Amino acid sequence: MSDDTLTKARLVEHLHRHVGLTKKEAGEVVVDVFDILCDTLVAGDKVKISGFGQWSVSDKSARKGRNPQTNESIVIARRRVLSWKTSPVLRSQLNEDG
Amino acid sequence: MTKSELIDRLAERRGLPRKTAEQVVNVIFGAMKESLVDGGRIEIRGFGSFKVRHYKGYVGRNPMTGQPQEVAPKRMPVFKVSKNLKAQLNDDLQ
Repeated sequence: MSDDTLTKARLVEHLHRHVGLTKKEAGEVVVDVFDILCDTLVAGDKVKISGFGQWSVSDKSARKGRNPQTNESIVIARRRVLSWKTSPVLRSQLNEDG
Repeated sequence: MTKSELIDRLAERRGLPRKTAEQVVNVIFGAMKESLVDGGRIEIRGFGSFKVRHYKGYVGRNPMTGQPQEVAPKRMPVFKVSKNLKAQLNDDLQ
């Protein structure tokens, strides 16, 4: 992981500096925020953060697939996938100079 | 769940004033946004990671009229769900 990667530890520093929480409080709050996001998505709800983007959960039914290496036919089980859509605002901010 | 519902849930869960919970949520997503705009990566253990992917421009076609159309190069964030959350999403299906 490179040094400029934004992690929970970095978010804790931001909260300590900009909201005035202690490092301990900030640490707990960061964990809580992502726990709430996980719980909501696991419950099947979507999460929409305006100006950032949205996560949604969709059901994929079982289908027949093939191992492309061995050409062996397999059944891909029914599963639930998480998808992400970037907010149009963030999308345009990323492409302002382009 | 919207951002304001997230703020409510956080305030309730931690017993924080709503104003503080609002600042927390804004600082977190503000920092995440800034990181992506700068072309950086985000990695939240147990949740997922983001990186910015560069797409080349190409000549596409308007699907309605069939007219060729220039599609500009772009940068888009991509999200990858963590193994942990992916497993949790599928817990009851196994």
